[in-house]
Amino acid sequence: MTDMTENKAQIVKPKVSRDDWIMRIAMIAIGILLVVGIILPLFTMLSKSFENDDGAFVGLANYIEFFATPALFNSIFNSLYIAIIASVVVLSVSFMYAYALTRTCMPFKWFFKLIALIPLLTPSLLSGISLVYWFGNQGVAKDMLMGESIYGPIGVVIGSSYWVFPHALMIIITALSIADARLYEAADALRTSKIKTFFTVTLPGAKYGLISAAFVVFTLVFTDFGVPKVIGGNFNVLATDIYKQVIGQQNFQMGAVVSVVLLAPAVLAFVVDRIVQKKQVALLSAKAVVLIPKPDAKRDWFFFGFCLAIAAIIIGMIGMAQYAALVTFWPYNLELSLANYDFDLMDGGGWEAFYNSIEMSLYSAFFGTIIIFFGAYLVQKGRGFEIGRGIFQMIAIVPLAVPGMVLGLAYIFFFNAPWNGLGEMIYGTMAILVLVTITHFYTVCHLTSVTALQQMDNEFESVSASLKAPFYKTFGRVTVPVCSPAILDVSMYLFLNAMTTVSAVVFLYSSDTTLASVAVLNMDDAGDIAPAAAMAMMIAYTCICARIIHAISSYLMQRHFQAWRRR
Amino acid sequence: MSEKTYLKIDNVVKNFGDFTALNDVSMSVNEGEFVCFLGPSGCGKTTLLRAVAGLDIQTTGSINQAGLDISALPPSERDFGIVFQSYALFPNMTIRKNIAYGLENRKMPKPEIEKRVDELLDTIGLPDQGNKYPAQLSGGQQQRVALARAIATNPGLLLLDEPLSALDARVRTHLRHEIKSLQQKLGVTTIMVTHDQEEALTMADRIVVMNHGVIEQIGTPMEIYRHPTTAFVADFIGTMNFMEGEVIGDHKVNVGGCELSVKEDIDFKTGDRIHVAIRPEDIVAIEDGKRDDNGMHVTIKHLEFLGSFFRAELTGGPLGGNAIEADFSINLSRRIELAVGNEIEVRLPKKHIRLFPVEG
Repeated sequence: MTDMTENKAQIVKPKVSRDDWIMRIAMIAIGILLVVGIILPLFTMLSKSFENDDGAFVGLANYIEFFATPALFNSIFNSLYIAIIASVVVLSVSFMYAYALTRTCMPFKWFFKLIALIPLLTPSLLSGISLVYWFGNQGVAKDMLMGESIYGPIGVVIGSSYWVFPHALMIIITALSIADARLYEAADALRTSKIKTFFTVTLPGAKYGLISAAFVVFTLVFTDFGVPKVIGGNFNVLATDIYKQVIGQQNFQMGAVVSVVLLAPAVLAFVVDRIVQKKQVALLSAKAVVLIPKPDAKRDWFFFGFCLAIAAIIIGMIGMAQYAALVTFWPYNLELSLANYDFDLMDGGGWEAFYNSIEMSLYSAFFGTIIIFFGAYLVQKGRGFEIGRGIFQMIAIVPLAVPGMVLGLAYIFFFNAPWNGLGEMIYGTMAILVLVTITHFYTVCHLTSVTALQQMDNEFESVSASLKAPFYKTFGRVTVPVCSPAILDVSMYLFLNAMTTVSAVVFLYSSDTTLASVAVLNMDDAGDIAPAAAMAMMIAYTCICARIIHAISSYLMQRHFQAWRRR
Repeated sequence: MSEKTYLKIDNVVKNFGDFTALNDVSMSVNEGEFVCFLGPSGCGKTTLLRAVAGLDIQTTGSINQAGLDISALPPSERDFGIVFQSYALFPNMTIRKNIAYGLENRKMPKPEIEKRVDELLDTIGLPDQGNKYPAQLSGGQQQRVALARAIATNPGLLLLDEPLSALDARVRTHLRHEIKSLQQKLGVTTIMVTHDQEEALTMADRIVVMNHGVIEQIGTPMEIYRHPTTAFVADFIGTMNFMEGEVIGDHKVNVGGCELSVKEDIDFKTGDRIHVAIRPEDIVAIEDGKRDDNGMHVTIKHLEFLGSFFRAELTGGPLGGNAIEADFSINLSRRIELAVGNEIEVRLPKKHIRLFPVEG
């Protein structure tokens, strides 16, 4: 025994350099922020669902009550029902739209691409409001529904389909753009019919993209709060139930139970999607020849007509919201005025809410980008400390699976708890809104950063170390400039989402920190639908401006860096 | 080059989970020496280089550099310059800035940095390209810049990780020569990892042939080529004919019924199964009619024209079913008619025949 240990060569324990220490400490700091921002709140919420009003442990009693109350229990089916229908609708439409953009030679592609992104610039509430004006009790096209009411599943499906459309579209466009032209040439050479080529080459190639899009759409609709809140009427879904239980009845325990029920399928969809996406990576690595579509008049005009129809619907949605916002008093006085923009006269927070929103979005974009990108860098380029990096990577993925409503409620439980000193400091302030927003949208930004960092030569860090450059010098002088397009994208994503999000912040704002999106919700709730539309449009204008600034700065940056990007 | 040991690697083992990438590797590099780690992909040569650099520190074993135990040190505390296959030039910095990067970290005064960069730009033959960005240079030029950046701070050890693999053949040959003469001029101890035997043979003072995480042989290019000590080295470097046979007596082997005399006296016993190996270029066509020194009558089964010589596949005669490759010069082809189906006389000189044990 002693012989054995003596013979066994000693394992080299690498010396941890100063850089390594700084990086590890920084990573742990961001990791703790994530734990506080997502893990602890979720955990608190989970334990709340097993407690009664007084905080005593009651086991599954709350769950039994949930499943025994038909009004609550039925919401599961309602949520599933609209999520499935909306998924089918959105997937078919966005597949055709993406196909038109990537595989045909139809004219005005740039226009259709631009239009398709409009729903990203508005809160999901806007589509609900717009539908009220189109098909509501005093709607202009009410008769088209042939007696059916828009307040219910029909409205929820249409409204949801509208706002999740660009999310699905972007994924499918990516899937369709990686086609290998050689496969089509081979199919052609073998005299395969176009239909057969479509089913044997095109569809299998886009398979993973479609599955991924399906999960995204399903999860977004299943957990969405804005659309069913505005247009759902008496049609209850899980997300609105949480709101009603918490805000309406102050029944926090039941809110926690519904949250867990809402979280379960979202987590399931998320896990399956992760597995599917892992497979797609293998597919992408093959070196492909880019497919350039050839003109085909019949096909091109068919898809042009299709895209035109979809574009018309999108413009109709946002156009109606804009029109309604400008009409003085619908439907009696159709004269245009800015009366509805006089937010200070209505409940909901007034102009202050709008400025708060901008402030909150800027903070979220600024701090969020710094924290998330730096965190991704530490995980991706750190040396050693594999366990710590692995754990960080796992925690960073969690927020994607957590619906905004659930996160918001979890924050109440955690930060408003009497034992939580930190909560006392930030509860009801701008800080908690910024924290919840950064956390809520963490994962997509993290993955974008990781992708950008992965495209950078790993040897930069090795070379820097051999040249005795501290890591932060290379980070500042090489990593950040080279990744600047991705960094800009991340900050834009955070800003737009912070402007439009309702779900997480609806539980956390205080009278001093009302947000524009919450104001839309509250004004709509109070029956001030036109001002709600006007406020939603204010958000849209802001997002459009941000987009334009983003485009200009991207362009300028590209020109500035052109020297080293191109030959 | 001196005989003083500069780098000493002792019993280095590197495990990645269950996989052993380096299995008890020991060797040393002399001061000013140019050593190549050569081997097929996955043989552990890059792992060994990264252990020397501290980029992937070995599981067990020690590494000494200039008398200092550096086994556990992070790369930033070791003394080396490194060049990668991917160049790893900072894309957003000019050539000058790239080269100056390491100098700035030494707190060198600005005018001195400028002077040193000019000097290095001259050395690599790119005096006017300093203000360009890496993407504006060709691959070969970029690799020169990477080299300049690596030697800018006068490191004691230069590490080259497949520096030429990304370049096309012509540039590669040229740069091979340049790197070698620069290394000699600077006298910097250098380790280069490569899978290209020609690169290793032409550049290295000594070659370390590796396979499956162990060192197969260490020696000068000539030794490695002429006297491979294992079948793997014989096969990996150059071309080698292998035939299975049996020892039938003192300096006599039997290969598929054909009796050959061998010179090599390694301790094989009569009856041992062995690999009999000979390089194609060592097989000689008999023109004087003397059938001594393993002379035999064979048939040309296949003939390949390779520009400066012919490679013939020989069979029949005493070879029986065995087929061996032989290289014949163009000159010879003018004297003897080389054509598929022709019968010729060849000699397998016994001094060139090598024997290796059959594994297992």
